[in-house]
Amino acid sequence: MIQKRIQLKVNGEEYKLEVKSNDTLLDVIRDRLSLTGTKRGCDTGDCGACTVLLEGKPVNSCLVLAIEADGKEVITIEGLTKEGKLDLVQEAFIEQGAIQCGFCTPGMVLSAKALLDENRNPTESEIKTAIAGNLCRCTGYVKIVKAISSAAEKMRKIRKS
Amino acid sequence: MLRKMKRFEYFEPSTLEEAFSLLNKYNGKVKILSGGTDLLVAMKERGLAPSYVMNVKCIPGLDYIKYEEKKDLRIGALTTIRTIETSNVIREKFSVLAQAASMLGSIQVRNRATIGGNLCNAAPSAETAPSLIGLKAKVKIASLEGERIVPLEKFFVGPGITVLKKGEILAEIIVPFPLPHTKGIYIKYGRRKAMEIAMVSVAVIATLSVEGEVWEDVNIILGAVAPTPLRARKAEEVLQSKRISEPLIEKVGQLAYEEACPISDMRASADYRKEMVKVLVKKAIREISGLKKS
Repeated sequence: MIQKRIQLKVNGEEYKLEVKSNDTLLDVIRDRLSLTGTKRGCDTGDCGACTVLLEGKPVNSCLVLAIEADGKEVITIEGLTKEGKLDLVQEAFIEQGAIQCGFCTPGMVLSAKALLDENRNPTESEIKTAIAGNLCRCTGYVKIVKAISSAAEKMRKIRKS
Repeated sequence: MLRKMKRFEYFEPSTLEEAFSLLNKYNGKVKILSGGTDLLVAMKERGLAPSYVMNVKCIPGLDYIKYEEKKDLRIGALTTIRTIETSNVIREKFSVLAQAASMLGSIQVRNRATIGGNLCNAAPSAETAPSLIGLKAKVKIASLEGERIVPLEKFFVGPGITVLKKGEILAEIIVPFPLPHTKGIYIKYGRRKAMEIAMVSVAVIATLSVEGEVWEDVNIILGAVAPTPLRARKAEEVLQSKRISEPLIEKVGQLAYEEACPISDMRASADYRKEMVKVLVKKAIREISGLKKS
């Protein structure tokens, strides 16, 4: 088939779409669903700006065919905000000044979110591994790493209380 | 930067039999998608424009890690690199493979890329190949005619070329249980630590003799320095059953240097790669032997 009807659950909402074989998940998220928080950087899986969570796992949406994502669940940066309240990771990025131009931020935040979903107490090296596939051309890595570890700390505190 | 792929016809077989018949029907014109982190990049960046793309990821029963104590480890071809990297049994008993898996691309890439895809893509720098060859892995190849088993060492023919024939699919990787006191290390050398394709990679896997004094069953595999992953056989023979010493390590490094036949490309010159083979082979042997550089 060259075209196919697919069903996607994006940020909790169901979408039914007709997609072409050569559409990527990124194309659909940005151009069809108008969720432009997901960025198109290199478009070849190197920069991580297009990172989304597919079935809870971070992937480069530029390297996933939309057809392949049929029936799957996707979380984009827009999906982290619940009822107007930012996610802890997003808050930590703001508090720590971990944003410069902001282009890498959605991908960075989602990679961090995926890490913290699995590991509430990551070491610095584990944080760096988690964001190794997310390039920040402003080179603000120090504050990004700090923000992620501060988000982890907050999560641990909430869990305790 | 938008990089649009050319349109193609897409298939999503739900059984191996269906996949085989599609392969037979569209001989040579169908590309197998088993993750896409290499295939889609080639289609976006290098103008690869297959008429047909067959996504095999929906075929059930090819995504597993089965381990039988003292026997072998079996990995389904559709197991992701991330699953291999994080598998407890692979980390504990086949750590050199987990180590190599952890160095492939980024977590985003490892969540999509599969071990079958990494091997069938047959890059000379394929991350998982040197460790698996050093562990004496075999691959199970399936087709409508049945199955055949090929040692991984004999699987690669050239860059992007394997022994897979028309209508065949790599189904499983079989890794025999290593002998007691086997040690292994994989060293990847690139310009940066993350998101890098190896300039040179080296896997050394060897077993200590009963007395624990010499290395036996030595496997030295070099990546990215020949059209396929390369066993440095002369280097292996020299290290075999000899008391370890700095002059011996030097000699092994020199032989591996002589055996490597790299090309010059954007990542490094051939001469530099050869020099680094020497450095990394020596380093790997020192590390598994618990020696510091004198």
